[in-house]
Amino acid sequence: MVEPILEIQGVRKTYPARRSLFGRSAAVDALKGVSLAVTPGESFGLVGESGSGKTTLTRSILRLEAPTAGRILFKGEDMARLGPKALRTLRARIQIVFQDPYASLNPRMTVEEIVSEPMLVHRDILRLDRAGRRDRAAELLALVGLSTQHLARNPHEFSGGQRQRIGIARALAAGPELLLLDEPTSALDVSVQAQVLNLLIDLQDRLGLTYLFISHDLAVVRYLCDRVALIHSGVLVEEGPTREIFDAPQSDYARMLLGAAPKVRVPPATPSG
Amino acid sequence: MSKLADPIAATAAGPVRREKLARALFRFRQSRLSLLGAAIVALVLFFALLGSVLAPYPDDVRGSVSTAARFLAPSAAHPFGTNEVGQDVLSLTMAGTTVSVLAGFGVVIIGSLLGTLVGAVAGFAGGLVDEALMRFTDLVLTIPSLILAMAIAAALGPGFENMVLAISLSWWPGYARLVRGEVLAAREEVYVTAARAIGASPARVLFRHILPNCLSPIIVKMSLDMGFAILTVAGLGFIGIGVRPPTPEWGTLLSTARSYMPDYWWTAMAPGMAMFLAVFGFNLLGDGLRDVLDPRGRR
Ligand SMILES: Nc1ncnc2c1ncn2[C@@H]1O[C@H](COP(=O)(O)OP(=O)(O)OP(=O)(O)O)[C@@H](O)[C@H]1O
Ligand SMILES: [Mg+2]
Repeated sequence: MVEPILEIQGVRKTYPARRSLFGRSAAVDALKGVSLAVTPGESFGLVGESGSGKTTLTRSILRLEAPTAGRILFKGEDMARLGPKALRTLRARIQIVFQDPYASLNPRMTVEEIVSEPMLVHRDILRLDRAGRRDRAAELLALVGLSTQHLARNPHEFSGGQRQRIGIARALAAGPELLLLDEPTSALDVSVQAQVLNLLIDLQDRLGLTYLFISHDLAVVRYLCDRVALIHSGVLVEEGPTREIFDAPQSDYARMLLGAAPKVRVPPATPSG
Repeated sequence: MSKLADPIAATAAGPVRREKLARALFRFRQSRLSLLGAAIVALVLFFALLGSVLAPYPDDVRGSVSTAARFLAPSAAHPFGTNEVGQDVLSLTMAGTTVSVLAGFGVVIIGSLLGTLVGAVAGFAGGLVDEALMRFTDLVLTIPSLILAMAIAAALGPGFENMVLAISLSWWPGYARLVRGEVLAAREEVYVTAARAIGASPARVLFRHILPNCLSPIIVKMSLDMGFAILTVAGLGFIGIGVRPPTPEWGTLLSTARSYMPDYWWTAMAPGMAMFLAVFGFNLLGDGLRDVLDPRGRR
């Protein structure tokens, strides 16, 4: 069996109760013991309703948040044990694309600055000088379907789809192996969604990336993912190959999610009028 | 050799930057009051630079006294009359711009730097550091600034630098609170999370991603504060702490004029009007800048 690139073992995350002007907010158990394994090169789908803990899981994987309990292993290495330097190196290998392309790009930076920042932060690994970074930024833009003349612009001059491409270019800049995609297309127009999804598929083929793809759009997951896990209020309800889950859902939650999704039926091969 | 890659930037960055600037200028120009503010500020800065050179009676600025010309009412030769020692009030006021505006600038710059540093560290670090810094800020804020400045100036002794330092030390808490709030809000932005996810160091996150996005309200506040800083400088001069005569300064001029009110009212006219104009101008400019830089704050 192939060693998983990412292994999540019994991860719990509790956001502590907070006092505020309007009284106390109760502690939130965002993740209640989640375990899953992602193998290299695959697209792993994570599906769940709003508030089920999907973003919390990505934040825990990136160690922007320390899990309350459990372990997260990247290529067999426990991320909690890494020192600051090793953690920084690791952040070149796991990257994330955010849901909202309007919020995820610093409005005060140019596209070139945004896309080259990972190369600057990881210059000890990538060893690129100024000109090298500029060349690679141009290369990355071309890779995501933008052109060099966009380098000097600011994010607000781009459409949502273009911004998401910039976000993807930034995520690729340090040469990651694992890409966390946190609903990367849900903020986009339907027509643009397809373009961005195809770009993602194309990039995976070309660069041999592993995807952890989060969505609540089941049609998209079915299209893109090899395996799926369903998460419901911090608990994995079902997990398996995409085909199996879609053809024979085991849990009520799965049936509910599938039922709520718009039916995309392939019409039978009969001539239509 | 790396210059070879530059044509891209030259062709793309130029027009874009210029266009953005043009748009901002357009918005600024749409408001007559902001333009008026900018014009007044330009005038004030002009006199701050050249006031003592352009003064019609440069000798009076240097402290020469002519008892024969005491308390002359406004006339063609002395548009704002003369004071108790026969000096031309207009000349003194023009020359006084330098000290008042310089002091105002000094106060606003030192105050905003100090305050930004304290507020940024507090908001970014959070927890105990935040708690301690903000309690201290609140403490300073509860002391009326003029009284604190007086106390500091009294302790340090009179003089231009001490006065600026004294006012600055009572001035920074406003900036600290403003910047802390801005940093707290900006810290939660997705692009800040993105920077952390990239592996950027805390210093990089703060100085490259958070602070640049807090700059607009700081600049607006600096411009709005300029007027009040000039007033405070004059206030210290009025009470007699601050710049020593014969260096002309608006507050000191007003304070002397007060003893001869209402008979010799003209001695207070020029410095009073100058102060009013400067405060008014900087406030209008600040409002205009806010509309351009910080549209959220628009009414
Ligand atoms: N910083 C936080 N402090 C307290 N509670 C939080 C915090 N972040 C998330 N939560 C709570 O944790 C739960 C899971 O949130 P999360 O953002 O992971 O959901 P999600 O599955 O990503 O939802 P969505 O599909 O809407 O993005 C929610 O109940 C949320 O309110
Ligand atoms: Mg989410």
